[in-house]
Amino acid sequence: MASQARPRRSASQASPAKSPAVEVEVPTENTAGDRDGQVRQFYRDMVLVRRFEERAARAYTEALIGGYCHLNLGEEAAVVGLMAALRPTDYLFTNYREHGYAIMRGIDPKRVMAELYGRVDGVSKGWGGSMHMFDITHRLLGGYGIVGGQLPLATGAALAIDYRGGDEVVMCTLGDGTTAIGAFHESLNIAALWKLPIVFVIINNGLGMGTTVEKSSAEPDLYKRGAAYRMESARVDGFDPVAVHEAAVKAIAAARSGKPYLLEVVTERLRGHSVVDPAKYRSVEEVERLKHEDPIQIFGAKLTADGILDSDRIAAIEAEVAGIVTEAADFAANSPHPDVSTLFDYTYATPVANDSRRLPGQPLFDPLPFPSTANAGAPVSGITT
Amino acid sequence: MTIMTYRQALHDTLRAEMLRDDNVLLMGEEIGVFEGSYKITAGLLKEFGEKRVRDTPIAEEGFAGAAIGAAMLGLRPVVEMMTINFSMLALDQIINHAAKIYGMFGGQARVPLVIRTPGGGGQQLGATHSQNIELFYAFVPGMKVVAPSTPADAKALLLAAIRDDDPVLFLENLALYNTKGEVPDDDTPAEIGRAAITRPGKDLTLIGYSRMAHVAAEVAESLARSDGLDIEVVDLRSLRPLDRETFISSVKKTHAVVVLEDDWLTYGIGAEVAASISDGAFDYLDAPVRRVAMAEVPMPYSKPLETAALPSRDDVVAAIRQTLAAVGRRPAQPLATSATGVS
Repeated sequence: MASQARPRRSASQASPAKSPAVEVEVPTENTAGDRDGQVRQFYRDMVLVRRFEERAARAYTEALIGGYCHLNLGEEAAVVGLMAALRPTDYLFTNYREHGYAIMRGIDPKRVMAELYGRVDGVSKGWGGSMHMFDITHRLLGGYGIVGGQLPLATGAALAIDYRGGDEVVMCTLGDGTTAIGAFHESLNIAALWKLPIVFVIINNGLGMGTTVEKSSAEPDLYKRGAAYRMESARVDGFDPVAVHEAAVKAIAAARSGKPYLLEVVTERLRGHSVVDPAKYRSVEEVERLKHEDPIQIFGAKLTADGILDSDRIAAIEAEVAGIVTEAADFAANSPHPDVSTLFDYTYATPVANDSRRLPGQPLFDPLPFPSTANAGAPVSGITT
Repeated sequence: MTIMTYRQALHDTLRAEMLRDDNVLLMGEEIGVFEGSYKITAGLLKEFGEKRVRDTPIAEEGFAGAAIGAAMLGLRPVVEMMTINFSMLALDQIINHAAKIYGMFGGQARVPLVIRTPGGGGQQLGATHSQNIELFYAFVPGMKVVAPSTPADAKALLLAAIRDDDPVLFLENLALYNTKGEVPDDDTPAEIGRAAITRPGKDLTLIGYSRMAHVAAEVAESLARSDGLDIEVVDLRSLRPLDRETFISSVKKTHAVVVLEDDWLTYGIGAEVAASISDGAFDYLDAPVRRVAMAEVPMPYSKPLETAALPSRDDVVAAIRQTLAAVGRRPAQPLATSATGVS
């Protein structure tokens, strides 16, 4: 059973692992008005992610979306805070729970929804689906469906930046369960050895699919794993977008100076692992607790109490977001499916001799006339490869 | 033309490509200070420095994946997997990622990556170090797999692989590193996806790749001298894509075929070649397609057992004689008779 008290989120935050601290300046020059605007924007963005995901879930149950569909419900503050800390030129590698990240990287929600629908206007042209969003112009270098697959790739992207002396940073997000796989350790080790500009971000929602962190990690304080690589690390409350943003800014600044960083963002997954998962492994108590653990409600209540938000502004945000989401769903529904004639367009980037373009029912070779004596030794013809 | 070893051809080509293109870098275990398990990268660390010749931790998945990620941003990494056996630790990165990234993201990112790795047995290295598992990679759309058998092809195919924008598994072989041959001085890349008829002939088609293409050439020469047989040798050179047209044309001409492979027979590369021949030259065959492949056992350490498990020249000769016997011809039959074709 998942732990009930969520000690991870209430634990002291940003405890550095046993490694030298990095002196990093967090920008503080914003005026109060700018800060209010920023946190309102965070709230609005969180609502956008939430409503987008709810619309995706609906489309999934309507069979408009196929495959698996993993949602960012409960992780909105983490998504928004992290993405706000990246420069447009920085790179993001993430996993299969990435719709919100794609939108917050600046990709048009219409194109994200169209990808979920498998249409040509999708970010990956309908080739990727929910788990494989990619947009080179917004430097989202993939959603990856294999747990941990993105970690070595992200490390390599950071290597390429370092190789060229660039000042971009790679952010690589992963789930709590991913910290158990070999690629996690190999990647953190390589990143630390080669001083690569990368931030690894563990989105710790407490559960793999249904297996708790405590049951899958011998060191459930996941950020402490950075110590094994002398990598600075911290844990932050993933329900607070401002705290996540500040922690990410610090981590990114460290990475930009050649000090890779491990950040653990403690959050919740409000629903099942994917749309179809009823999450029956959760206790009654936990389900009850989660009803009161909603980052949007909590953050909205705080901003309201601080006088930054009010019911009119919230209603305006909801109306704006509803329009965006509806427009996205309409756009996706009206975007064409890829033409079957494009099936062989993306096997190879460099065209190659004898590349197979055979459909399942086609013979490998065109049927030849039944051989008479005239056919023996005839030139080859009709190979369809 | 310069006569050199397969090893030298690889070394010189890597060096030349690094001089030509700053984006080419080498990554792998013990390739720098140690100069490579098989010394292909000897001297390159000294010449190019640690930035471009990277000794990696023993983390095949990690460094193969890092090479893929670097390739996504436009570098052209050439990874050395110490042997193909160890590449299995990186299967997820190679098959689930390198081979998928171009297609899965709708053509937005390319993976110009080369993974060089030797297969091969015969060195008494036992079960885990003597495998030929190129099939794993050749099975996967999105991968390109090349398998040079000569120093000239080692150069030409490596040039092609490094300049290609797709992930290429470049299969070497322990037994080929010291073989010598003429290598052209110019830097014309080979065409991936093309087999070659390395010896024209009329009596039977002998198909192989990597070490077994080398063996095929030797056996063909030997049988020409001893038996007057005129054997055509097809070197597959590229396992994906597979150039069916070249060997189908050959079989249509010779009507008899023996397929050689250093991997296991069941489901092996030769199975695909044989199935293709059955599809494309069924009516031209005068004898069943014969395959010569490794015995289907975990490779033993014991020398006599290992020797028995590996395909030998004698095995190939016996398979050729049996195949020709099956079409009613005799190995010593005069060429003029066999050239008339069908029995």
